[in-house]
Amino acid sequence: MSKLKLSLSKLPKPVKIAMWVLLAILAYALPLLEPPFITTPGVDFGGVLFVVTMYMLVALGLNIVVGYAGLLDLGYVGFYAVGAYTAAILTSFHANWPLLFALPIAVLASTISGVLLGAPTLRVRGDYLAIVTLGFGEIIRLVAVNTEWLGERKGISNVARPPSVGGTEGLFEIPHLYWGDGTVLIDTQDTTKFLVFGVLDQIPYYWLGLTVVIIMLFADYLIKNSRVGRAWEATREDEDAAELMGVPTFRFKLLAFATGAFIGGLAGALYASRQNFINPDSFLLLFSILFLAAVVVGGQGNRWGVLVGATLVAYLPQRFREFDDFRVLVFGLALVALAILRPEGLFPPRRTVRAKQLEQELEELEVGTDGEEKAHA
Amino acid sequence: MPDTPILEVDQLTLRFGGLTALDNVSFDIKEGEILGLIGPNGAGKTTCFNAITGVYKPTSGTIRFNGESLAGKKRFEITQAGIARTFQNIRLFPTMTALENVLVGADAQHTTGMFSALFRLPKHRREEAAGHDRAMELLRFMGLAKQADELAANLSYGDQRRLEIARAMATQPKLICLDEPAAGFNPQEKRILMDLIRKVRDRGFTVLLIEHDMRLVMGVTDRIVVLEFGKKIAEGAPAEIRDNPAVIAAYLGVEEEDAS
Ligand SMILES: Nc1ncnc2c1ncn2[C@@H]1O[C@H](COP(=O)(O)OP(=O)(O)O)[C@@H](O)[C@H]1O
Ligand SMILES: [Mg+2]
Repeated sequence: MSKLKLSLSKLPKPVKIAMWVLLAILAYALPLLEPPFITTPGVDFGGVLFVVTMYMLVALGLNIVVGYAGLLDLGYVGFYAVGAYTAAILTSFHANWPLLFALPIAVLASTISGVLLGAPTLRVRGDYLAIVTLGFGEIIRLVAVNTEWLGERKGISNVARPPSVGGTEGLFEIPHLYWGDGTVLIDTQDTTKFLVFGVLDQIPYYWLGLTVVIIMLFADYLIKNSRVGRAWEATREDEDAAELMGVPTFRFKLLAFATGAFIGGLAGALYASRQNFINPDSFLLLFSILFLAAVVVGGQGNRWGVLVGATLVAYLPQRFREFDDFRVLVFGLALVALAILRPEGLFPPRRTVRAKQLEQELEELEVGTDGEEKAHA
Repeated sequence: MPDTPILEVDQLTLRFGGLTALDNVSFDIKEGEILGLIGPNGAGKTTCFNAITGVYKPTSGTIRFNGESLAGKKRFEITQAGIARTFQNIRLFPTMTALENVLVGADAQHTTGMFSALFRLPKHRREEAAGHDRAMELLRFMGLAKQADELAANLSYGDQRRLEIARAMATQPKLICLDEPAAGFNPQEKRILMDLIRKVRDRGFTVLLIEHDMRLVMGVTDRIVVLEFGKKIAEGAPAEIRDNPAVIAAYLGVEEEDAS
């Protein structure tokens, strides 16, 4: 694994870029290729892939809060809900805005809710935040349940879809592949209209989601490799030392929180648009836990790790639907096994692994110096 | 200019519940000098650092830096204003590389935010390049250039101690406070470090040095302040301190007996 990484990083830059482009094309083409074993029998493959991209988006956002800044957020679904509800009431329930106008407002609303929640709580340390965020996620849901203005239990339907390109027929049609017994055919009966955001074909939503994920990956990289990313990591590692090295830790924690809320709200709004309908059950505490599982399973702090985590958490239960009754059980057992075998997640940041290994040696060294100090005193 | 006090500690008292860790302590540090702060274990030296750097709020008394009171200033503001420190127990950022640790220090004087980072604005590039240059220069100065990309946790104990000094210097302080930087070093390493501290001063930093080893402090400091049970019991040039009966009774006597 690490050898592979090393040889990959040695490749010349044009080759690397070509590989990334190829990977991206493959990712975009995945629902058209419908590869056997990977497709989801009984569930719309494009729809599953769309949900995977939403989990990826959420995992990237939550990774900033939990992985980079080290703030435990147990109510992340709250931001998702604020984004979703804002988009819903602006495009359907109380107004008739097009989705593209509603999206920025939805994201703004979730970001503001992040700042409002973070400002009083991020000054206090540690476990307190976990409890407050947990409460926040539930309160948002309960408010939705009890507010007529937000549709109560019935929820809100007819949330606007993204605008289609090229009318209801699209610009052109892309055929899918058909995998027969040992043969692969281009299936001209089964096509995706480019680019129509309709009811049946969910592939365009997946493309939209994937595009947003790719943009977020770039943004994540740019932010992480800057003063902001360093300040987050320093704060996570030793808040007092960071503060004494001139890092305004509270401001940076709030920034992490607001950025996470921004991304969570964006995912929520996109999700609401795709579903066309939301109700409070879309925002149960369970989802906060699943989002966190995606981050932790993949390896918090590693953007590729959390993408893998998101894929596993969103995809596996859909792929193995036939074991419906056992899904939760298997998922739980897998988590327990993971916690025992790979407590840092499947793909922890390389540095965490190395740091942990050497922690022990360092401790031994410090014990050694204690002895020396005593000898001098 | 060299005689203007850069830091004035004025009747500083600090109590933890019933325990008076600092009792009416006053001293000045002049620009460009190395001031030694010594005293037996538990005398209140680290507490004094903590009061200066804003970790603890003084029970009474004032601390002025460049003539301005530090009361009510946040810790990061004090650092940005020009006071940096190291820790008696090493407190690096273990999962960050040596270079990144120093960059965090350099960032103290930077203002790049999310927006400039996201769009790689000129300000971001400028600060990033300047910080990188300064950090690498400091790592070279500390003899850590080869370890720049090593994780702080992976560095040897001595390198970690030096890295802490580099990180503190990167914040571009006027006053740098070193809390037992040679703790755990052997005599040879200690001498090398003391030479290094002299070089730090020669680069224009004012140094406040806590050190356990008396003889080393004698060699490197311009003046010494002695604490015992939170009280200042002596202040003066190293030679005066060495001959001060109160100091000998409180500190030197014990030290020399044990050492021989
Ligand atoms: N946070 C604290 N709470 C209570 N007592 C403290 C605290 N910090 C230091 N002390 C006490 O203050 C006294 C001075 O400690 P310190 O400044 O660490 O001494 P030194 O650095 O000179 O060895 C000690 O008696 C110590 O136990
Ligand atoms: Mg001490």
